[in-house]
Amino acid sequence: MSTPIEAAPAVAAAEGSELVMTYREAITAALADEMSADPDVLLLGEDVATEGGVFKTSPGLVERFGHERVLNTPICENGFVGVALGMSLMGLRPIVEIMFADFLPTAGDAVVNQLPKYRFMSGGQCSVPVTLRVISGGTGRFGTQHSATGESWLMGLPGLRVATASSPGSAYELLRAAIRDDNPVIVHEHKGLYGRKGEVRRGAIAEVGRAAVLREGSDVTVVATLLMVERTLKAAEALAAEGIAAEVIDLRWIRPLDVATVSASVERTGRLVIVEEQVHHGGWGAALISELTMAGVPMRARPVAVSLPPDLPVPYSPPLEDAILPSPERIAEAVRGAVRA
Amino acid sequence: MASVDQRPTSERREWYRSMVRIRLFEEKVQELFMGGHIEGTTHLCQGQEAVSVGSIAAMRGEDVLTNTYRGHGQALARGMPPERAFAELMGRATGVAGGVGGSMHLVDFSVGNIGSNAIVGAGLPIAVGAAMSFKLRGQPRVALTFFGDAATNIGTFHEAMNMAAVWQAPVVFIIENNLYGEFSAVRETTPIDDLAGRADAYAMPGRIVDGQDIDLVYEAVSEAVGRAREGGGPTLLEMKTYRYRGHSRADPARYRPEGELDRWKARDPIEILGARLAAEGRFSVEEQARLRADMQVEIDAAAERALQAPVPTLEEIKGYVYAD
Repeated sequence: MSTPIEAAPAVAAAEGSELVMTYREAITAALADEMSADPDVLLLGEDVATEGGVFKTSPGLVERFGHERVLNTPICENGFVGVALGMSLMGLRPIVEIMFADFLPTAGDAVVNQLPKYRFMSGGQCSVPVTLRVISGGTGRFGTQHSATGESWLMGLPGLRVATASSPGSAYELLRAAIRDDNPVIVHEHKGLYGRKGEVRRGAIAEVGRAAVLREGSDVTVVATLLMVERTLKAAEALAAEGIAAEVIDLRWIRPLDVATVSASVERTGRLVIVEEQVHHGGWGAALISELTMAGVPMRARPVAVSLPPDLPVPYSPPLEDAILPSPERIAEAVRGAVRA
Repeated sequence: MASVDQRPTSERREWYRSMVRIRLFEEKVQELFMGGHIEGTTHLCQGQEAVSVGSIAAMRGEDVLTNTYRGHGQALARGMPPERAFAELMGRATGVAGGVGGSMHLVDFSVGNIGSNAIVGAGLPIAVGAAMSFKLRGQPRVALTFFGDAATNIGTFHEAMNMAAVWQAPVVFIIENNLYGEFSAVRETTPIDDLAGRADAYAMPGRIVDGQDIDLVYEAVSEAVGRAREGGGPTLLEMKTYRYRGHSRADPARYRPEGELDRWKARDPIEILGARLAAEGRFSVEEQARLRADMQVEIDAAAERALQAPVPTLEEIKGYVYAD
C-alpha cells in the first residue's frame, strides 16, 4: 500500500500545504509528522506494528521509525497504558492506540486513577504527555461490545483532556495538538470515518479547548461530534433549502468543554440542538445544556437532544444499528421542531 | 552468612541508621495519628525496613523506583528528609507533594521515586514503562517496583510481568510478602506459599529472599539489578517479611495467630544487623543505643517543624492539575 507518509516531504517543507487525504491517512500523517519532529514520540498498542494495525492507521510507520518506536503490545490495556505513563514520566511522549473504545474500561485504573491524577498527587513534580487514540463509534456492524463512542465516559476527570475528531483535517490537527500537549489527552477517532476524504492543512495544530463553527446560521445552533458532525452538516444543507439557517458547531473538545463558543452562538440563535452518538444522560450534551441553563443564556425554545436510545445498548443487526443512530433526517426533524417551537 | 559478600562497615552502619530512622519515623506517625495531627489513613512498615534499605542500597542514583501506599520506608531509605515526609502526612505546603498527596504518595522525582501508588498493582506497569524508556534510549538504568503479596493476584502484576519478560525490560519486581493482604492471610487468597514461583510463568528468574536479613536483601537485589543493567531482563524477588502493625491505622490485626508477631519480632531486621555488626566488633551495642537516641531527637524535631508549617491554599494547588 502506498501511503502519503512515504511520499511526504519533511514536515517543514510541508508546513501549510493543503492536501486532500482520507481520515485514516490524516491520522497516519499526524503520527508520522510528530514522530519525525520529536524523537521522543513513539506509538504502542495492539498490532500497531503489524500491517498498519487493525484499522490501518499506522502503515509504513514501523518501516520508517523502527520497532523501538512502533511497539506491538500484548492485549492488556490497563498494563500498557500504565507502561505509557511510566515512559512519559521519563520524558518520552507515547501515543497509545486503543483498538476499540469499548476496551478503554479494561484500562479503567490507568485512565481514571493514574493518568489524570499522577501529576496532581505528586504536587506538580511531573507531567504526563500521553496520548490515547481511541477508536470509537458505530456503523461498523461490530455489535454491542465494539461500537461505543465512549466520548463522555471520562469528561468528569480533572487532569485529562478529551478530544473528538470529525474529519481528516480535525483528526490531523487534534492528534498533533494531543501529542504535543504535556498532559494526558484522549483523542476519539470514529471508525465510520476512516475512508472519508477531506482537506488537511499539513503542519496545523489544533487549539486546545476550541470548538469549530463549521457552518454559520442565525436560526438554530446544532452541536455535534465525530460521525454526527457530517450527518448534521447534511441535515443543515437540507434545512437551508427550506429556509432554516442552522449554525453547526463541531465541539472538538469534550474536556475542556468550549461552553463559550456554544453560548455565544445560542445567544444569537436562541435555539440549541444537541446531536450525539451516545445516550444523553451523563454526556457532553447534557453538560452543555446544564452550563447554558445555569448561565441564564436566553433561549426562544427548549433545547433538544438527538441521541441514542436511553435504555438500549447498540445492537448488531445492521438495520437496527442504523435505526438507533441519529440520521440526517432525524437531525433535520429535530431542528425543525426546535425552530417551530 | 559467610557466603555473602559484605559491604564496607561504614555502609552497613549507614543501613542500620536508615532502618532506625524508618522505625522511629513510623512510630512517630502512629503517635501523631493518635494526637489527631495526621488524619485519614496510613500504612506502616515497621518490621519491613530491611527490604527497603537493602534494596535501595543496591540502586544507583539514576535508577528509579515505584512503590505503594506502604511506602514510607522506601521514601526515607532513598533519602527523603523526614521533615518533608511528616509535612506531607500532615497535609502541609512544605510536604514533598505540596500536601496534596498525603501518606500514600510520598514521591520525589528528583531522586527517582516516581510513584507511590494507592491502587494495588498500579505501580508495576509504570515501572516497566520507565524501564522501557531506558532500554529504548540505551541508558544503563534500572527500575525497581515494590509491591505487596496481595498485588500478585491483580491483573497488572501479570500484565507487567509478561510485558517485562517479552520486552526484556530492565526492571526488578520486589514482592514484600508480609503474609497479609489487608486482613486476609496469603493462603486464603492465593493457592501457593512461595510467590516467587510466579516468575516461572513469565520465563524470568524468581528468587525467595529472607527479607529480615539486610545483607541477603542487598545481595539478591544487587544481582537482579546487575542482570537488568547488563541487558539480562527482569527478575522477580520475593522478600519474606512481616508487618508489625495491622494493615492500616484502624486495624488491630486480631486475625493474626497468637505468637506470630513475637516470632517475627525475634527476627527483627534492625536487631539482626545490629547483632551482626556488634559481633563483628564494628558497631557496639552502646553506639547503637546512642544512634537510636540521637535519631529519636532528630525525628521528634522533624515532626515538630512539620507541624508548624502552613497548609497549602486551593490557589496554590490548582497548578498541580495540568502542566502548561
